[in-house]
Amino acid sequence: MNPISLEALAAEVPDGAMLALPPDNSLPSVALAKALIRRGVRNLRLLGVPVSGFATDILIGAGCVTSVQTSAVSLGEAGFAPRFSAALRAGTIKVIDATCPAIHTMLQASEKGVPFMPLRGLIGSDILANRPDWKVVPNPFAQEGEDPIVLLPALNPDFVCFHAAMADEEGNVWVGRRRECATIAHASKRALVTVERVVPGNFLEDERLASGAINATYISGIAIAERGARPVALLDEYGFDGAYVSEYARMARSEEGFAAWCAREVFEQKAQAAE
Amino acid sequence: MNEIKLEERIAVALAKLILDPSAPPARHIAVGAASPMPAAACWLVKKQGNPVRLSLLHKRSGNPFTEGTRELFDLTGQGRIDLFFLGGGQIDGSANLNLVGTGEWPGMGVRFPGSFGSAFMYFMTPRTILFREEHTPRVFVEKVDNISAPGVSAPGVFRRGTAQALVTGRCVFRFHPERARFSLESVHPGETVESVREATGFTFDVTGDVPFTPDPTAEELALLRGPICDEMMETYPEFCARVFGRKQAA
Repeated sequence: MNPISLEALAAEVPDGAMLALPPDNSLPSVALAKALIRRGVRNLRLLGVPVSGFATDILIGAGCVTSVQTSAVSLGEAGFAPRFSAALRAGTIKVIDATCPAIHTMLQASEKGVPFMPLRGLIGSDILANRPDWKVVPNPFAQEGEDPIVLLPALNPDFVCFHAAMADEEGNVWVGRRRECATIAHASKRALVTVERVVPGNFLEDERLASGAINATYISGIAIAERGARPVALLDEYGFDGAYVSEYARMARSEEGFAAWCAREVFEQKAQAAE
Repeated sequence: MNEIKLEERIAVALAKLILDPSAPPARHIAVGAASPMPAAACWLVKKQGNPVRLSLLHKRSGNPFTEGTRELFDLTGQGRIDLFFLGGGQIDGSANLNLVGTGEWPGMGVRFPGSFGSAFMYFMTPRTILFREEHTPRVFVEKVDNISAPGVSAPGVFRRGTAQALVTGRCVFRFHPERARFSLESVHPGETVESVREATGFTFDVTGDVPFTPDPTAEELALLRGPICDEMMETYPEFCARVFGRKQAA
């Protein structure tokens, strides 16, 4: 699989798509989120797997998002996600709350090709009370009593975007220990992946690399984006840029501040890179 | 740096609760997102030589999971995690947790980040220690606006455990699931039963004289400010700078 440009990768995502994103501790592609903003995508239905961070907040701030299904949205030590909070208050996005293992479980059901999976917990939570799509049934295997348990429907996102350390000549991508990205790729219709680099060979023929690889079967497009997770960390390759996120959190408190940040960090940076 | 920081006091109080001999054993402890004080408490328990396995969800190098956060929840579902920590934007007198927000669902008053794994972890872990530094009537309310995770469940609902205790910036509460109420276990120096009552929106039980929460010892402080800060720098640089006065190397 030949890499395409970052902008071409972003063009693959149509308006209105359900787009799954990993959180700030698990290989989000901030480079692709910025490219989606430049492409002017609209009405995305974001899925935080299982929570949402920086990429989600900038997509919301740029007006690309109509709904967010997630278990939390946060900028970590930099605090609450300002554009998410503002959009919820203004009523410009719909927020569908979940709890982390429920999101994993709904994706695992898709991965297995079954219509639903059960999950413990949740009973008595207002999360469940606000999820008409989740059902409580008696455990059919219970020896005594009803043993109520929650059933969650399979969730099959249109796209997942994440940032891997590398791709090989065959289009396999390598995510190291962050193998929950594989679950999301298995459960999604298409996976679009940015990578730091493309290397010769085939990860699946290397015993040490195979376990951290995602087979090209699941990958629909690859683009090279050096430092593509920035400001988020990438495995052992680079760390979290707390100063960058703190500055964002300050600026994005207001709509004007966000617009100035976006002009500088999403549009100007790209223009400079193109020169 | 000799003055005891409130965060250090809370971390030491959490560590004592982890080691509470009257509670089920904590062989494997997990620490979730945004939990620097519980992380410090766990490191303290470990660095004091107690045999305990720590799984810190947000540790970057040497992260314990090879299936990401999914693995944490699967482990907990199986009963392999003995103890977890949860906070809350609001916590009420029945140990209900609200991590979603105030006002109408989904937090149309003040939105908090969200429920994270609370609606599962609170049920599936034998022990949960609650923590929240801000001890005010807006946090500790009579009844939470929204329930992310309930403190107690109806009979017949599968549940391994609930809150063991709640550590705040003013005191330590013990939770009693059979009557779904907190009792005051100790107050931090400078506080009284009355000052805690003033600052708490829910009613709680008081039996006899309530002792002061013991000060961290010199040994505990040395561990926190030295080797424990070293362990936490990568995950919680701002916390380490603020509490331990440690700046990250450029």
